[in-house]
Amino acid sequence: MVYLTRKIEFSAAHRYHNPAFSEEENRRVFGKCNNPNGHGHNYVLEVTVGGETDPETGMVLDLKELKEILEREIMERMDHRFLNYEVPELAGQIPTCENIAALIWKLLEPKISKGHLARVRLWESPDLYVDCYGNGQP
Amino acid sequence: MRVELTRRYALAASHRLHNPKLDEAENRRLYGKCNNPYGHGHNYFVEVTVTGPVDTATGMVANLDDLDRYVRQEVIEPFDHTYLNMDSEAFRERVPTTENFCIEIFERLKKFPGARLVRIRLEETGRNSFEYAGQRNGDEDE
Repeated sequence: MVYLTRKIEFSAAHRYHNPAFSEEENRRVFGKCNNPNGHGHNYVLEVTVGGETDPETGMVLDLKELKEILEREIMERMDHRFLNYEVPELAGQIPTCENIAALIWKLLEPKISKGHLARVRLWESPDLYVDCYGNGQP
Repeated sequence: MRVELTRRYALAASHRLHNPKLDEAENRRLYGKCNNPYGHGHNYFVEVTVTGPVDTATGMVANLDDLDRYVRQEVIEPFDHTYLNMDSEAFRERVPTTENFCIEIFERLKKFPGARLVRIRLEETGRNSFEYAGQRNGDEDE
């Protein structure tokens, strides 16, 4: 098994706010991330695909194809967006790094035509990232 | 959906690799420059990985403020800007290699109440890093 990782970067805004909580509780639980007008990050996404190397092409998955999937599914949907308001799949969820990574998994997993999605790693900042493995093992 | 969250912390400390059970020549041969008598320092980076269900009310595996406070109290405050060999009980009997430091940090954080600790990754320099995920079945020692 060989693992291939492609990295992309997108910039987006978000706000942590649970309408079921009081203002005070939102502030206590989410701190600065609850600021009413939101704030943003340069997210770095690393997508890892595992599989056997095709003897004809020497590739696990054509990188061009992966690049197009990431452009269509992630960049067009999330880059330079306010995640709470502009990404319908996140409606009703707090757009934390955990939930965004899980959504990215759900969006990409069915699109990978060769090999399998092994890991989604989403960096929110240089000191925080989330790994999502679907329901499988790392 | 299995989700792991990793937080990275900086910590500066000095150490000296020296085993009192070995003679001077053997220590020098084994540890090289790391055996220099007055110690030397590193900017360590500690990566703490935790997992658990994503809370539907908060969207989080662990509240970052809680994790930061716990790591600060258990690891950063006791070790940051210290000489590991002399300033901590943890290394009275053990050589403070980054392997042992990594295990020590894991042991200090494994009771974090907010989520399950998966592993510690400790960078000694940009070129050396160590990972410890606790004892597994079949391991005979730490």
